[in-house]
Amino acid sequence: MLIAAVLALGILIALPNLYGKAPSIQVSRDDSGEITDAATMQIEAILNNANIAFSDAFVEEGRLMLRFDEVQAQLRASELLRATLGKTYIVALTLAPRTPVWMRTAGLQPMSLGLDLRGGVHFLFEVDMDAAISQRLDIIANDLNRALRAERIRRNVRVSGNEVRIRVGDQANLDRVEEIVRDYDEELDIRRVGVGAEEQIVIRLTDDQIRARQDFAIQQNTITLRNRVNALGVAEPLVQRQGRNRIVVQLPGVQDPAQAERILDATATLEFRLVCEGENAFEAQRRGRSLNVGCELFYDRSQTPVLLKRGAIVTGDQLTDASQSFDNGSPVVNVTLDSKGADEMLRTTRDNVGKLMAVLFVEQSRELVERNGEMVHVNRTEREVINQATINGVFSSRFQISGMDVVEARDLSLLLRAGALAVPIYKVEERTIGPSLGKDNIDRGINAILIGFGLVVLFMAVYYRSFGVIADIALVVNLVLMVAVLSLLQASLTLPGMAGIVLTVGMAVDANVLIFERIREEVRNGNSPQASIHSGYAKALSTIADANITTLIAAIVLFAFGTGPIKGFAITLSVGIVTSMFTSIIGTRALVNFIYGGRRLERLPI
Amino acid sequence: MGKRNLAMALSVLVILGCIVSLAVRGLNFGVDFTGGLLLEVSYKQTADLGAIREQLEAEGFGDAQVQHFGSASDVLIRMLPRPDVETAQLGQQILKVLQTGDVDVDVELRRVEFVGPQVGEELTERGGTAMIFAILMILAYIMFRFQWKFALGSVAALVHDVFIVVGVFSLFQLPFDLSVLAAVLAVIGYSLNDTIVVFDRIRENFRLIRRGTAAAIMNTSINQMLGRTIITSMTTMMVVLSLFFLGGEAVRGFATAMIIGIVVGTYSSIYTASSMALLLDVSPADLLEPKKDEQLDSLP
Repeated sequence: MLIAAVLALGILIALPNLYGKAPSIQVSRDDSGEITDAATMQIEAILNNANIAFSDAFVEEGRLMLRFDEVQAQLRASELLRATLGKTYIVALTLAPRTPVWMRTAGLQPMSLGLDLRGGVHFLFEVDMDAAISQRLDIIANDLNRALRAERIRRNVRVSGNEVRIRVGDQANLDRVEEIVRDYDEELDIRRVGVGAEEQIVIRLTDDQIRARQDFAIQQNTITLRNRVNALGVAEPLVQRQGRNRIVVQLPGVQDPAQAERILDATATLEFRLVCEGENAFEAQRRGRSLNVGCELFYDRSQTPVLLKRGAIVTGDQLTDASQSFDNGSPVVNVTLDSKGADEMLRTTRDNVGKLMAVLFVEQSRELVERNGEMVHVNRTEREVINQATINGVFSSRFQISGMDVVEARDLSLLLRAGALAVPIYKVEERTIGPSLGKDNIDRGINAILIGFGLVVLFMAVYYRSFGVIADIALVVNLVLMVAVLSLLQASLTLPGMAGIVLTVGMAVDANVLIFERIREEVRNGNSPQASIHSGYAKALSTIADANITTLIAAIVLFAFGTGPIKGFAITLSVGIVTSMFTSIIGTRALVNFIYGGRRLERLPI
Repeated sequence: MGKRNLAMALSVLVILGCIVSLAVRGLNFGVDFTGGLLLEVSYKQTADLGAIREQLEAEGFGDAQVQHFGSASDVLIRMLPRPDVETAQLGQQILKVLQTGDVDVDVELRRVEFVGPQVGEELTERGGTAMIFAILMILAYIMFRFQWKFALGSVAALVHDVFIVVGVFSLFQLPFDLSVLAAVLAVIGYSLNDTIVVFDRIRENFRLIRRGTAAAIMNTSINQMLGRTIITSMTTMMVVLSLFFLGGEAVRGFATAMIIGIVVGTYSSIYTASSMALLLDVSPADLLEPKKDEQLDSLP
């Protein structure tokens, strides 16, 4: 009975795969927030008013999905929505599976397709750790230089390779210098090198610090890339850390990798500026500019106008860290500046306690636009106010921004980190699959599976007769279970993955062949049919287990060492082995018992 | 088993041939391992390779390999990493070069793969490590289930299979990429399947049949399993042939490796593994459990 239950469950879970995909639109908010019911109704109203019929609308993971019956409707709808919704919403074209509502609510989905079956772009970026370290050393050198100048110590501070070297005019000052360096950052690796008049202080980053810097660089770039990928309007993008110092970006369905690359290539920075108080920002918005020549007009995330003073207090390259934490139960963002930034911040806050300070996020990118019939590169700069807070006291290198809820605090710290001086990354791998190739691959894969399957089924039925048919039924169940497990795992199906399915079909019969050959032998040796069946199964069991486990070992090793499509192959192979063991042994046994059990048999139709 | 000396001689010969081929010609490593750029483009009509090569050379891409891929209108262009140029940008540049020309050509970019040199190196390392790791694990498992002489025998069969598959790829300079490596590992698992089934039967017969030499018993066992071995090879071969013919160019390397692997694997399960064990002087005593011996000794 267990088998029936498993089978029924398997069929249910595998069912979504039969439904195919429909042209759809995904609408999401620019700031990664969840889409509101009001917005959903508004969007549906827009489409209804324009008489564009959509077959389905539902919210999934904070994004609105609209399904259409034909591509025409999808394209018209996307143009209309892009024009009317403005910048707060991102409209993306995609193919959404046609799973009926009740299945979706139950959490059932079809298998997830890998890039080589869907078409799309895959990038792998590596953080330039050398650049990251030298950036940090430059900052340390500059800061120490200013600190020593303040104490009027004659010095020579240089970055040399992966160290900062400090020489002093008067050797007597060395102790004081060492003290200053320790005060600045006591975790640095500080040594005295050389003798007498040649003695210098050599500073290096510790391994922990390097690792921390690496983590920070990866995080920072991941955030930046994710933001930009979101702006591209791709459905189901993937931006993830891979290994120690790499980031993988996958954009399914993207047709133009060059454009994707350009957008990912933008540089982000930020500026802290004072808010121009005493003038109504909305009036300035109507006028198009400020009355005061020292103020500039900007907009924040909800398109509210804000007037900021010209000139930044502190810029992104002076920001060394930003993190989110709690102070007395309220969410705050902790900001750390380098010494130059700290000086400026000190000066500004001293004179402006009680006034508002804003953070301006600046993003520069290059785009290809059409001008006079030609495609030209233009630099685009986008500026947005991401936060305003009152200056509560005088502060310099470390301060807190408060007065937000948890979500805002988290977003702000993410954006601050994204805008801080970016560690450069470079591309180490790129794979683009065109959409036509993706479709071809799916078609071919399915073809190969079906024909291979058909051949095996035919053979088994002919060679082993009724027992062969039983094995065939087990094979079908096996396939269904495999699809079910793969849908459940939502592991990406790739072309090698389909090859894995094909292979499993071929090998799954092996267990049955072993059992049946054994039964035949027993019959030949003169045993009664029932006894033959019994001992056939019993004796073959350990052999099957051994054989399958070794193939499983190979599959697991492949999974551990493989990347991308190979992992897909390893997964389908492993899943296939497990399900085939289940169906071949338990499944066929049950069926055989059902048909032949308890009866007196003269001959065995095998 | 009678023919085993002949079989061993044949195997040794073939393996030597493979080693020579590997040493002299090496493998035709794909972009995954060497790093570099791979473009697959599709033309509406038959593509003229010569013309394409000229086009590319004129723009300074003379070192590109151009060949047909699957059909006369599909072209594969491959470039090794160049130290000076940012290979990542080359894909789009090359496409542009192909699109301009005397006639307005309809060229579609089907696939681009760019692999940086370090990633290529890493994949090569990982591939080699994976293979060694898999073989070690399997060695351990068989030693646990059977006995070390059998374990060595099966590993000998495995190494034999891997060498021949890789050797054939080297001989015919077939492209060797990541999916082919995956196929080789799958072949290891599959061939082992076969070998274990045979060993299992040998173990059973060692316990049942008290008379006869080890060689004779092994012979009987192998003959008994012959039916099953052939049938399973057939079914798997059916499936892999289906992949080979219908799966398209992308899995062709994989399917080829599997086909060679199945043929060689079956052969090795019948001849190589047991021969090896026999060479090591395996006997029924090796498989008897110690408890049984004690029982026998305690009998009057």
